[in-house]
Amino acid sequence: MTQTYTAQDLKSSVEVKWCAGCGDHAVLNALQKAMPQCGIPIENIVVVSGIGCSSRLPYYMNTYGMHTIHGRASAIASGVKSANPQLSVWQITGDGDCLAIGGNHFIHAVRRNIDINIILFNNEIYGLTKGQYSPTTKRGQVTKTSPMGTIETPFNPGELTIGCRGTFFARAIDNNIQLCTDVMIQAQNHKGTSVVEVLQNCVIFNNGAHEYYTNRNEKEDRQVILEHGKAMVFGKEKNKGIVLKGMELQVVTIGKDGITEADILIHDAHNQNPTIHNMLVSMKGPDFPIALGVIRDVTEPTYDDALIEQIETARNTSHIHCMDELFSSGEIWEIK
Amino acid sequence: MTQLQKQIINLNNVTIRFTGDSGDGMQLVGTLFSDTSALFGNDVSTFPDYPSEIRAPQGTVAGVSGFQVHIGHNKIHTPGDYCDVLVAMNPAALKANLKWAKRGATIIVDADTFDDKHLQKAGYVTNPLTDNSLQPYNLICAPISSQTHACLSDTQLDNKSIMRCKNMFALGITYSLFNRPFEHTFTYFEEKFAKYPALIEANKKVLREGYIFAENTHAMPSASIEPAKIEKGKYRNMNGNTAVAWGLMAAAEKSQLPLFLGSYPITPATDILQELAKHKNLGVKTFQAEDEIAGICTAIGAAYAGNLAVTTTSGPGLALKTEAIGLACMMEIPIVIVNVQRGGPSTGLPTKTEQADLMQAIYGRNGEAPCIVIAATTPSDCFYYAYIAAKLTLEHMTTVILLNDGFLANGSQPWKVITMNELPPITPRLQTQKLSEHTPFMRNDDTLARNWVIPGTPELMHRIGSLEKDFVTGQASHVPENHHKMVTLRKEKVEKVVRVIPPLHTEGEEYGDLLVVGWGGTYGHLLSAVQELLLEGKHIALAQFNYIYPLPANTKEVFKRYKKILVCELNLGQFANYLRIECQEFSYLQYNKVQGLPFTVEEIKRECLKHL
Repeated sequence: MTQTYTAQDLKSSVEVKWCAGCGDHAVLNALQKAMPQCGIPIENIVVVSGIGCSSRLPYYMNTYGMHTIHGRASAIASGVKSANPQLSVWQITGDGDCLAIGGNHFIHAVRRNIDINIILFNNEIYGLTKGQYSPTTKRGQVTKTSPMGTIETPFNPGELTIGCRGTFFARAIDNNIQLCTDVMIQAQNHKGTSVVEVLQNCVIFNNGAHEYYTNRNEKEDRQVILEHGKAMVFGKEKNKGIVLKGMELQVVTIGKDGITEADILIHDAHNQNPTIHNMLVSMKGPDFPIALGVIRDVTEPTYDDALIEQIETARNTSHIHCMDELFSSGEIWEIK
Repeated sequence: MTQLQKQIINLNNVTIRFTGDSGDGMQLVGTLFSDTSALFGNDVSTFPDYPSEIRAPQGTVAGVSGFQVHIGHNKIHTPGDYCDVLVAMNPAALKANLKWAKRGATIIVDADTFDDKHLQKAGYVTNPLTDNSLQPYNLICAPISSQTHACLSDTQLDNKSIMRCKNMFALGITYSLFNRPFEHTFTYFEEKFAKYPALIEANKKVLREGYIFAENTHAMPSASIEPAKIEKGKYRNMNGNTAVAWGLMAAAEKSQLPLFLGSYPITPATDILQELAKHKNLGVKTFQAEDEIAGICTAIGAAYAGNLAVTTTSGPGLALKTEAIGLACMMEIPIVIVNVQRGGPSTGLPTKTEQADLMQAIYGRNGEAPCIVIAATTPSDCFYYAYIAAKLTLEHMTTVILLNDGFLANGSQPWKVITMNELPPITPRLQTQKLSEHTPFMRNDDTLARNWVIPGTPELMHRIGSLEKDFVTGQASHVPENHHKMVTLRKEKVEKVVRVIPPLHTEGEEYGDLLVVGWGGTYGHLLSAVQELLLEGKHIALAQFNYIYPLPANTKEVFKRYKKILVCELNLGQFANYLRIECQEFSYLQYNKVQGLPFTVEEIKRECLKHL
């Protein structure tokens, strides 16, 4: 590490132009808090985005950055990382950019397990084009392009990530900057593709999309913040928990029906088997709290490591080390 | 007839076309014949002609695969229009290829396959071997299948393996016909079948049997093509796709940058990806992307990160990459796009050649998004133009599109082995020092190229993107005057490349009646036609363009020297129309062909004579 830096050093000179009250401001702050704690030289950070409100973020970061074209950030970030695995590569994307136009690139980046951090701002709407439904908009929701309600089933980004054999998935909410910061640091520390879904509020076109979970009075009963190795306990009284009953999860109350703290599931983010992780990312109200924190964090070979390894192996085993040697290798004849 | 008594005719050049079912191994025998001839010292040029289906129904015309080899005692520029020898392994191959045989050509057929079933599959009503329709040709009915079977019947090989050797019988016949040595082919068997010694012996035996069969057949005079008088030096065989791959690797080594290829498999460009994937020992990174868009986008990421970044594709893929090419233009990062053109539009004729992506390459993007456009002209100069494409993009920070085509990509030629110090230097615009607050956006006065500052460089962190940027600061800008200035600048940046490209060169008469104009892969055929007309005393010349956007500075000077200009291209007139925009003071005659096939020398000559 060259020099230490602070969140302040990460602010670029460009004026932040998101709407007042937009959740993006909080995520930007969280990112600027997280990066100095990751131990990466500032000049080794590259922030890549596609198109959309959230994709303006690279302009506000005093790092290397690219604001590119709609949907392609996963591919561009993959190219940056493959070209120079020393770099810490962050992809900033939204639910439309990442999961609609960019869906193909997203699933393949996750499948390859290339070591990039994908911060997915999920506000369940197209904001920059002013209010059309997105691939995460709730079924039946009225938007400008679904005046009678959408007739599409939304993606759950966690299920999608795990379905693509993802090795890291975390979920946070824009109004909990500490949690956002924590999961971003863990995303950076994870080797492989890290997907961080941030439930983010679009104050203009989809205000209150996540209100059910963020409601000041109810949130403790409606959110369970998972930590590896700790019991899945939540609630205002810290007396609710998640248990596995048969093949399904269930919410129980400690001290009721003979349930004790020992009955509550211990979160194992490192379990290769994705079954429980899948159940956790799918939990939703009113029967369940929403799962936040790092839900899955497992070790698998990464694309960039394997790429470098193959190059090293080829270099060590080949007798050809430069073009002149290649030119004169194999079948050659001479005209005299 | 013994070998000593054998009548040997010296020929200047000969064209042989091997044809059969796509599973018959015709590409292999063609390649072996070609390599053997090259090692013998002949000049060679080859072209495969295969169907887009991997294995279309056996015995049908749709499933016929062919490989044409032109060998010569003199310099050869094309794989030959029409063949002197046609090898047809079944009736369908004969049916599909007879039109490519010269009148009087030797036709060698596997007579065993001309039964009712195969004749019917090929759509023959009567048997061409017996109905006199082949009377104008020197027909050799060789019992290839049964002879192959007979000579391997005492081996342990099963029937399927035995029949797989029959292509070597046909090859043996041609070796006898043209006095080719066995050594190279034997070595090939020994390497290819190292784990199956029985197959080495079987293939050698069948090859010899074919040779002996031909020796014993009086109907075929043997011919000799003496080694060619070509420039002294070491040579190797090279097809256009391999040449592109090697040219890019050479550019990476010269510029001391890692080579990164982001690509998605597409015919006929896939071989470049496959070739580069073999060279990890030279640090080459190949990223087989999930689609064409990701192919270029990973390359754009790699370019930003400081690699020599390339994407390879064919027409439909170039269309998919359109938006990302605009991004590369806007960000002014170095990237090479290799487009191996094929028959279009849409999926079109995927395995056939065409030149119809020219307008797409020059203009096919939203907004004003100029790229340098260059084209290779022969399979072996694909090496040089791939190298130059990399040099131009790295030195000018402008996207370069290299246009090849299926004919160049799959055609092969001897390539004179060079050393790296013969290649021109490449000086990337890398900048690691802080020169001002806006270092990455400062430009070279001559080229207008901006500085290339790559991540990992301390103190020079910057953002760049798809939004219009301010001329000075590089920050996103919507200022109307700035946009106009930047659009103009990106165009000027391409136009300034004219200073570093060589003048347009003509072959033939310096002044004359007719200038034949071509671009890219039609060079060999156009040159052969022009050379023949020059020998006939015509006042003619050829101007073949490698540099398309920008055009060479002396283009108009050259055009002025001829009474008529005939633009020949494998599309409906895209280059002619481009010249009508860029060099308006001339009028252009056109000769266009869009059949998925190269020109023939004969048709070019015929067309030229109309205007002479």
